[in-house]
Amino acid sequence: MLNALRNRKVRGILFQLLTVLGLVAFLWYIGSNTMHNIEQRGIKTGFAFLDNSAGFGISEAPVAYTETDTHGRVFFVGLLNTLIVSFYGIIFATILGILIGVLRLSNNWLIRKLSSAYIDIFRNIPLLLQILFWYNVVLKALPSPKQSMEFKGDIFLNNRGLIIPSPDMNSTTITIIISFLVALVSIYFLNRWAKKKQEDTGNDFPTFLVSIGILVVLPILAYFIGGANFNFDIPALKGFNFVGGKTISPEFLALTLALVIYTATFIAEAVRSGIEAVNKGQKEAAASIGLSSYQSLKLVVLPQAIRIAIPPVINQYLNLIKNSSLAAAIGYPEIVTLFSGTSLNQVGQAIEIIAITMLVYLTMSISVSVLLNWLNHKIKIKER
Amino acid sequence: MTKFTKLSLAALALVGMSATAGTLEDTKKQGFVKCGVHVSNAGFSEVTSGGERKGMDVDGCRAVAAAVLGDASKVKYTPLNAKERFAALSSGEIDVLYRGTTWTETRDTSLGLNFAGVNYYDGQGFLVKNSDGIKNAAELDGATFCIQAGTTTELNVADYFRANKMAYKVNTYDSNDQVIKSYESGRCDVITSDASQLYGIRSTLKDPSGHTVLPEIISKEPLGPVVRQGDDAWFNIIKWSYNAMVEAEELGVTSQNVNKMKTSDSPAIKRLLGTEGNMGANLGLSADFAYNIIKQVGNYGEIFERNIGMNTPLKMKRGLNDLWTRGGLQYSPPFR
Repeated sequence: MLNALRNRKVRGILFQLLTVLGLVAFLWYIGSNTMHNIEQRGIKTGFAFLDNSAGFGISEAPVAYTETDTHGRVFFVGLLNTLIVSFYGIIFATILGILIGVLRLSNNWLIRKLSSAYIDIFRNIPLLLQILFWYNVVLKALPSPKQSMEFKGDIFLNNRGLIIPSPDMNSTTITIIISFLVALVSIYFLNRWAKKKQEDTGNDFPTFLVSIGILVVLPILAYFIGGANFNFDIPALKGFNFVGGKTISPEFLALTLALVIYTATFIAEAVRSGIEAVNKGQKEAAASIGLSSYQSLKLVVLPQAIRIAIPPVINQYLNLIKNSSLAAAIGYPEIVTLFSGTSLNQVGQAIEIIAITMLVYLTMSISVSVLLNWLNHKIKIKER
Repeated sequence: MTKFTKLSLAALALVGMSATAGTLEDTKKQGFVKCGVHVSNAGFSEVTSGGERKGMDVDGCRAVAAAVLGDASKVKYTPLNAKERFAALSSGEIDVLYRGTTWTETRDTSLGLNFAGVNYYDGQGFLVKNSDGIKNAAELDGATFCIQAGTTTELNVADYFRANKMAYKVNTYDSNDQVIKSYESGRCDVITSDASQLYGIRSTLKDPSGHTVLPEIISKEPLGPVVRQGDDAWFNIIKWSYNAMVEAEELGVTSQNVNKMKTSDSPAIKRLLGTEGNMGANLGLSADFAYNIIKQVGNYGEIFERNIGMNTPLKMKRGLNDLWTRGGLQYSPPFR
């Protein structure tokens, strides 16, 4: 027996076994203790509440929602709002971050200093303060609905939000949306074709200009093909507020703005460090074979910089998604505000609701990181 | 993540709890009452310039401390927002919740809680700007409301506007402070909440006379102290420390005359102040528990006038909260 313990392999297995057993016992203890306490206190358990009617209103719902809908529906609305704000947040933070990151390396003194000042300021202020700041500043600065700022009589800006005309869903609108998607797909294939051509023949193709052209021309063509019948639902002031059109709420604006400005600073730093990490010799080699500075950036530096920048940028995307839960402070109805806020208070089943909410963030974060890890794997240097 | 983390921790606290001795013994041992109150609600729970808490609800906590420990100042206040309050109570972070909590069937039955009385009979109302020219609730069609998250308010407003077939929008915020800021900057047209809170909010606005609480009251909001289910001795103490204040007002015993009243011939007063009978012993408290409450905190009328009455910035009438003998609803079961 003792001899067996002296065997390193046996010992290793034994300790692993003990750890697993300890962990299981610990979890079992916590679980049974919780159930016991809940039972003793007479607190309701289970997920039946998801089918009960919620009874409260939601300020912005991307899908149809009324007070008679269930808490399950509330969960869905909250989830969609979280996804929407994360989606726009990630897109704009990426654009702004890359821009600032490149500008930070500019040869122009003023631009360089301004970008690093931007990064230093917004990276070092807590996000919650920034959200509250933008929200209260935006609200204070904007007029009431009756004194709205007006652009051409169709677009209104006031402290209830940005109200824009929304297109009717007729054949023209639908053709334009389809043509836009077609344009995006053809640009993808154009890029592949151009890259292959460049590799085969060495001739460069002006991909960027042609892509922009496709993006503009196709929807214009679609407008005429679809019957040139573009109707807008024009907003109009009625009683307290505007009716018609689409309203983008100050809560959404402030939250997205704060998330974008905050996250972009980190992305900018990732991009900068990525570019700086590319060996100087690579740039010099590119110059020596006669590539222009744009070509050297596009063909030599950026492809290598992206490889380095992607892992930290993934982290920032995950942070942005999780940070969107700070919306509770300004009342943007995302999943924490709605589901683990209002619903939790009406139903009172904290453990179930918090667990569901945590699971949602876990799922979203894991999906994003799986997707981007796949991308990272795909573009990393293939060592043969 | 702070709010979310707090809530998660509170939920986790449920996980780790083990059975303890009674709350009464625990309280005596630790030497203070763990009381959950509103972060800031004028007249009910607010911090004075001297840094002390005062208000109707705070006096409720102090009465419990006076009854249990003989010293009204031995209270540890935990300021809570509406969302955190029940988790804080069921996790044992606090032992009594005195935070303008509406007594409803669902809360009483499915949250593992018990409501120990009603220290303020309230109802939901609307606070509007005079400049909007609104005279009654029927003119609120299409208005935007600011609400604090985690209250019964959200449900009442939804019910009221659905029943009256009017359009409305709600903006729900985590903190009362942001509700007021948003209302001041015009993000919403109306604040809706319990009327008592609206008077409090109005008194803190820049120009209180420019705002009106509309006459309509759209709900019943009996606000009172809450305890965990399953500790009946503690439940009784919260119930009767409150009743003692109402009974004292009815019998004319005040913090000023309570010493003199000790020698009163009235059997009811004798029983209340513990010179006769064994009211204190029944509760597991000293015989003079009610005397301590009245001496140190006051009777119900005194705390009402001191915190929210006509001589305070809130200028609230007794109304429903007058004694039953004067047509109100405040009524203590007899001390006998």
